Amino acid sequence: MTYSLAGRMQTRILLFAGVGGIWAALITPILPTRLPLGRSYAMAFTVLALIIAVGVLWELLYHVLQQFRWDKDWPTVFSLAAGVPEGLLLWALLGTDTWFWDVPVTARAFWLLFVSTWLVIWAVLAGPIRVLVVRRRWRGGRLFG
Amino acid sequence: MTGGRTMVAVTMSEAGPATARVGDLTQLLIDTDVWSEQLLFDAGIPILDVPLVSVGGGLGSFALLDHLRICGVRCESLRVLTPLTTPWESFAYLTRVSQVRPGDRLRSDSSACPDNLWGFPSYALREAFEADTVRGFLTPLWQVLTEPLFGEHYTPQLDQVLHALTREHRRIRYPEMVSAGQVRMVRRRQEGGYFTILTTPEATSATKRIAFRSAYVHLAVGYAGLKFLPDLHAFRESNRSSSRVVNAYEPHEHVYDQLRRRPGTVMVRGSGIMASRVLQRLIDERNTHGLQTRIVHIFGNYVSGPDGPRFMRRPGGDGFAYQAFDDPKAVWGGQLRDRVRRTEGAARVQFYDSLGSTSTPYRKRWHSQLADARSEGWYSSVVGEVDALDAGTDDLISARVQTGDSVLMAEASFVVDCTGLQSDIGEQRILADLLEHTGAARNPLGRLDVEPSFEVRGTRSGKGRLYASGAATHGGYLPGVDTFVGLQISAQEIADDLAAEGFGRRLGPVHSARQWLRWANNTVI
Repeated sequence: MTYSLAGRMQTRILLFAGVGGIWAALITPILPTRLPLGRSYAMAFTVLALIIAVGVLWELLYHVLQQFRWDKDWPTVFSLAAGVPEGLLLWALLGTDTWFWDVPVTARAFWLLFVSTWLVIWAVLAGPIRVLVVRRRWRGGRLFG
Repeated sequence: MTGGRTMVAVTMSEAGPATARVGDLTQLLIDTDVWSEQLLFDAGIPILDVPLVSVGGGLGSFALLDHLRICGVRCESLRVLTPLTTPWESFAYLTRVSQVRPGDRLRSDSSACPDNLWGFPSYALREAFEADTVRGFLTPLWQVLTEPLFGEHYTPQLDQVLHALTREHRRIRYPEMVSAGQVRMVRRRQEGGYFTILTTPEATSATKRIAFRSAYVHLAVGYAGLKFLPDLHAFRESNRSSSRVVNAYEPHEHVYDQLRRRPGTVMVRGSGIMASRVLQRLIDERNTHGLQTRIVHIFGNYVSGPDGPRFMRRPGGDGFAYQAFDDPKAVWGGQLRDRVRRTEGAARVQFYDSLGSTSTPYRKRWHSQLADARSEGWYSSVVGEVDALDAGTDDLISARVQTGDSVLMAEASFVVDCTGLQSDIGEQRILADLLEHTGAARNPLGRLDVEPSFEVRGTRSGKGRLYASGAATHGGYLPGVDTFVGLQISAQEIADDLAAEGFGRRLGPVHSARQWLRWANNTVI
């Protein structure tokens, strides 16, 4: 994908909020959170919000790295592999006692949610999104503008 | 449909009665920039009405018609004017003469699908699901997943693309929209819109010409012709043995045939993908048939390593600049496209210059073949410009090469020019007429000046719109126009512009998804 910065930001926010939100809503009831369903949802959507909020900063870094590439592209394997540092950072943030929201999250629940959401978004970006938003791939990933 | 008068003159010849075709261009028509129906009636040229005509009939026309059909435009509203029997005829010819065999891989991205405007499923995905073996399933998927970091880019095979085109061509009922013939010119109509003059094949029409009256015209006429370097042109003009000096885009099998019969030296000029393919063919022939072919490769611009400033550094080596596709990928839909969109005049020229000169993809096979050839001493590269070619003794061609401060003389049995297809748009009859009579102008790179919507600047006629796409529009707001995706992006921009005019509907998410399902089911539309 040949992202522009705006395309990256829009993709991060809208795809994770939209597709990620639907996915989180579906998967949360079966996550091993050891919490009542309401609290499970609070946990899942907090994680999702963090993926978006911290992700916006990651996107800035990716955009800088992309400038070193002749094709000014972002190979699909980068999008997939970015889940590793992003997941680890999020897990570290969630495990920090000083974090201002206290999210009781188990490792299994977090990783199941994070990895599955990441893969679903990656799979949607790898092809099906082109069917719904035909101009996006020629607009640097932007859904609008 | 409105018809004009049709006149048929019958004459006698020795063989009996013969029909002389009338309805031809008059001097008045040729000299008049803006036409009326009366002018055509007076010339006896019948008029046919159709809302949109696409001139060319190659992949550019196909891309637009595919898009418009998917946007809901009916076959009856579209007409392709072309001498070609299929939209891929020229493409197939050019790939064939340029040494691409049916099973060979093109220089094209997995999701650059001329048969599928969504680019999904990509060719890699389709190849995987059509495979008979687990390995055949996994190989393209792994390659497309890890490209270009752990290997070369996935690229589709020629026959895969041709089969896909055949399927889509039938699905959108393309043949029903074709009128055979050669377009002579497009002129503005007094009341708005355009007249497009088609020269019909004999026996298909009583008149020599037909005028198509349309609100919209699309020109996708392809390459104006082969570009011969001045020294090659001079040699061919003055020598009968011109078959020894060939452009790689013209049939040149005789070169390989003769090398099998008699050893020789081939001078290859150029450093793009055409040169790579010709070198591969020469080396394959040498290896397969045990030939003694020697190769002298002339580089006008020798790239010895990665080249360019830090943020626009392109890989290179051994004389070649390496790049996966015709241009950096972001020119088609990323930050480079955004950047060129903001340029005009000299800034545009500067932008195109920054994309670098001719390139070829890095392929392990080509690299190792040349490394072997170099080490065995039968491949040599020369950096310089050929000043002149002369016929030497014993059917040899003698070349004088200017290399820096010195002059080098080289002899070869054959010269294969791989420097490209481009030539001036003024050499293309329809475009030349457009420049002279219809208000079209040249862009900063000398080709046809188009808006970001691909409307040809200066040619508007009332509510009519005249668009162009493909090679003729190189140098505009979209680089890489003469590629699969370049043609598709142009088609999308034109279709969106037409939709804003009320012709067809803009492709939104729901309609797009429904049409994609039809594509997936191979439903005829």
